[in-house]
Amino acid sequence: MVEKGIGVRVVRKEDQRFVTGKGRYTDDINQPGQAYAYFVRSPHAHARIVSIDKASAESMPGVLAVLTGEDCAADGLGNNVCGWLVKSKDGSPMKMGPHPLLAQGKVRYVGDPVAVIVADTYQQAKDAGEALEVEYDVLEPVVSLADAHDAGVLVHDEVPNNLVYDWELGDKAAVDAAFAKAAHVSRIDLVNNRLVPNAMEPRAAVGHYDPGSDSFTCYVTSQNPHVHRLVMSAFIGIAPEHKLRVVAPDVGGGFGSKIFIYSEECVVTWASKKIGGRPVKWTAERGEAFISDAHGRDHITHAELALDAEGNCLALRVNTKANLGAYMSTFSSSIPTYLYATLLAGQYKTPAIYADVQAYYTNTVPVDAYRGAGRPEASFLLEVLMDQAAREIGMDPAEFRRKNFIPKDAFPYQTPVALVYDVGNYEATLDEALRLADYKNFPARRAESERRGKLRGIGISCYIEACGIAPSSVVGSLGAGVGLWESAKVRFTHTGKVQVFTGTHTHGQGHETTFAQVVADKLGVPYEDVEVIHGDTDKTPVGMGTYGSRSLAVGGEALVKACNKIVEKGKKIAAHMLEAAEADIEFKNGQFSVAGTDKSVSMAQVAFTAYVPHNYPQGLEPGLEESAFFDPPNFTYPAGTYVCEVEVDPATGVVQIVRFVAVDDFGNVVNPMIVEGQVHGGLAQGIGQALLEGAVYDEGGQLLTGSYMDYGMPRADMLPDFEVVTVSGTACTANSLGVKGCGEAGAIGSPPAVINAITDAIGVRVEMPATPEKVWRAIQSTRLARAAE
Amino acid sequence: MVTVSMTVNGKQVSGEVEPRTLLVEFLRYNLGLTGTHVGCDTSQCGCCVVHVDGDSVKSCTMLAVQADGSSVTTIEGLAQGGKLHPVQEAFRENHGLQCGFCTPGMIMSAADLLQKNPSPTEHEVREWLEGNLCRCTGYHNIVKSILAAAATMQGAARAAE
Repeated sequence: MVEKGIGVRVVRKEDQRFVTGKGRYTDDINQPGQAYAYFVRSPHAHARIVSIDKASAESMPGVLAVLTGEDCAADGLGNNVCGWLVKSKDGSPMKMGPHPLLAQGKVRYVGDPVAVIVADTYQQAKDAGEALEVEYDVLEPVVSLADAHDAGVLVHDEVPNNLVYDWELGDKAAVDAAFAKAAHVSRIDLVNNRLVPNAMEPRAAVGHYDPGSDSFTCYVTSQNPHVHRLVMSAFIGIAPEHKLRVVAPDVGGGFGSKIFIYSEECVVTWASKKIGGRPVKWTAERGEAFISDAHGRDHITHAELALDAEGNCLALRVNTKANLGAYMSTFSSSIPTYLYATLLAGQYKTPAIYADVQAYYTNTVPVDAYRGAGRPEASFLLEVLMDQAAREIGMDPAEFRRKNFIPKDAFPYQTPVALVYDVGNYEATLDEALRLADYKNFPARRAESERRGKLRGIGISCYIEACGIAPSSVVGSLGAGVGLWESAKVRFTHTGKVQVFTGTHTHGQGHETTFAQVVADKLGVPYEDVEVIHGDTDKTPVGMGTYGSRSLAVGGEALVKACNKIVEKGKKIAAHMLEAAEADIEFKNGQFSVAGTDKSVSMAQVAFTAYVPHNYPQGLEPGLEESAFFDPPNFTYPAGTYVCEVEVDPATGVVQIVRFVAVDDFGNVVNPMIVEGQVHGGLAQGIGQALLEGAVYDEGGQLLTGSYMDYGMPRADMLPDFEVVTVSGTACTANSLGVKGCGEAGAIGSPPAVINAITDAIGVRVEMPATPEKVWRAIQSTRLARAAE
Repeated sequence: MVTVSMTVNGKQVSGEVEPRTLLVEFLRYNLGLTGTHVGCDTSQCGCCVVHVDGDSVKSCTMLAVQADGSSVTTIEGLAQGGKLHPVQEAFRENHGLQCGFCTPGMIMSAADLLQKNPSPTEHEVREWLEGNLCRCTGYHNIVKSILAAAATMQGAARAAE
């Protein structure tokens, strides 16, 4: 047995360097002759650029180049792209305006990059940026999503009513028919608040042109360096793909925000050539990150749920307006459509669902995927609405959900919104969560709180999500511009050590550990002998990167396939070494043996023989290295139940989370310690969304929450000790490991649990973030209403 | 330009800096000690915490010239003789980090807490960490790590008595 194989709580390989300050993040990379870039950004939400006078900046000390959108155009650089073409109800393609690297003609949000200054030092670049003279003709902006359609102001002249697409999913006629015979209809209007991802490492890039080889290297804070290379090559046109190396070294958190191809990494790479090949570095200041990293969420939704007289869900009807900001970011179009409406069945057997989504441009920072990406919005809507419906018909929220669950013997289950859930057992996670949360004794705890003048509430959320988006043929038919496979390479060395190359990228998820566990387990080699290499397009095979909780389910399975090929080849070599027929060779725990005998050779002996093939099967290639690709047949569908218990101080509106129980079914688990850690982090972000995070713009399009002084981030003293349990799960059928994604669940399942708990405590629902002020006002309004009765 | 001299991780160092240079910039760019990170520009995140004359300090909030003559310890100098500090060891053992970016500041901050309060309660740990942001862990395993380190250090102190 491999000691640190699948299922073991192995301490992480990567931590030694991180706890000693030896991590290597993009901003830690300094090269001889390195110059620095500062981006001059629009101070206006919407304006025409009348003129840019470079002279005053160019004459500043240390300045090497001042480059604008005109320079990009003159060099033939292409525009940034959105990689997913969504079609409107009428079949027409979504309407997009151009997204230049540096603004051309107009600026469209506060933070829109207008020019780059390259200088010997960052301070010199910044000082010159202050001196750059840009004359603007300020225009009226459209800031509010609610007003975007009829604002009379166009973010892009070619997009009428700022409407990018008007999309639908589901059977509208069936839904209308179901509503016509409903005994009860629950209706809700809600907002999914706009968030700023805030990975702790600000985005950064170092571009370097090497005149000798006429090639470029770009170090960048990326979750998917190969996708960066593809877009920077094929669409931006910086260099042909084989002349561009993209390296994503240690990356300090992503949460979606580092998937996207941004202007800055493209511009510094291009600028390095403009200044003769000196490396050019840019690192975002935090204030800059707030106005340049893609934001998340930002929906306004009206929904209706039809029930029969017994409390069975008959149909769900949803209308959502989604804010996409000023430009279409890399995957933005897919988030409020294919990653949102497809999840609206939740864990329930609601037979008819119809959703339509209108996506709008506004003069705000572009909006794209943020941890969960579409699925938190679906889960929040559905779970808040289910709670409301249960209250309206006088049923316990847990029992109402149970009544409507897809039963465990109904899988595979075709939902009315396109997805086929492969496996699930929703009652199991509900039961375990209710037990751990001591749900049945809640009334006693509430009474105890009341005696202390506090309001106590309990909230449930039964989430489902879809991870590892696939298969490529389906996503392609829905408009995706890329395939969503993953690749892997496994290489033995002469001495029996193993190098593992993956196209995924780890930026906190611990792949260097879990992938080594998988390979050690499959090949029967010591975990310590396996090294996982990722994040460099010159070292690793092609890949699609890490997002949507895909790495283990897709990339891990590619690794398994490569390991299987190694074993198959190893059997041929072992058969020759053992003078036996290949069909008689068995492989187990790192040993090839002849069935029914005590004759065996180890994997290390086989690897050595493969590289020193003095006595070797005729016709077999030397070497022991195999590559594999994996394109999954389906998503994975993690699901679970979260229970949040809160105590609200009616005097201040402060919400204290007194207990949070998360019970998840992630199928099989490779490293429970890491999986629990992923849930903890997701919960914190989801609780942050529920209680304090929210990007706020003023009417003029200035971001009011533009720093950690203004944007509330969860801190240690406002979070509880989480109770996180991974049940012995239903193994996923879309990969041989039986694993499901776990990275986003916490952020998807927690906001509705928190809000439902607050609603239970104070008797009225407040919009997220449920700040003390909002909660206090809601309590006052219910008291006034009661007093008036 | 002005000259600053200080002891960093036990070594005497000096350098020429602009007066506006922050201590963190001096550490990262002049000395190449990139373990100390910069996560914000408003002294909110704590990624840059180091020890100056024994106390934890946000090195983005102090000018290099203010540290002239001081003794500074960064994350690179915390392990002694190739052996991790108990706080470093506890973070590793308890999965107290994910992306690792906030980690140096967290560890330096926690090490200062435990020298001032060797056996803090969970509540005291959470309050102490108010100046350090983490976006990955939900603080759950960070708190667990610090409590584990406290127990280890207490045990070691008792054994030494």
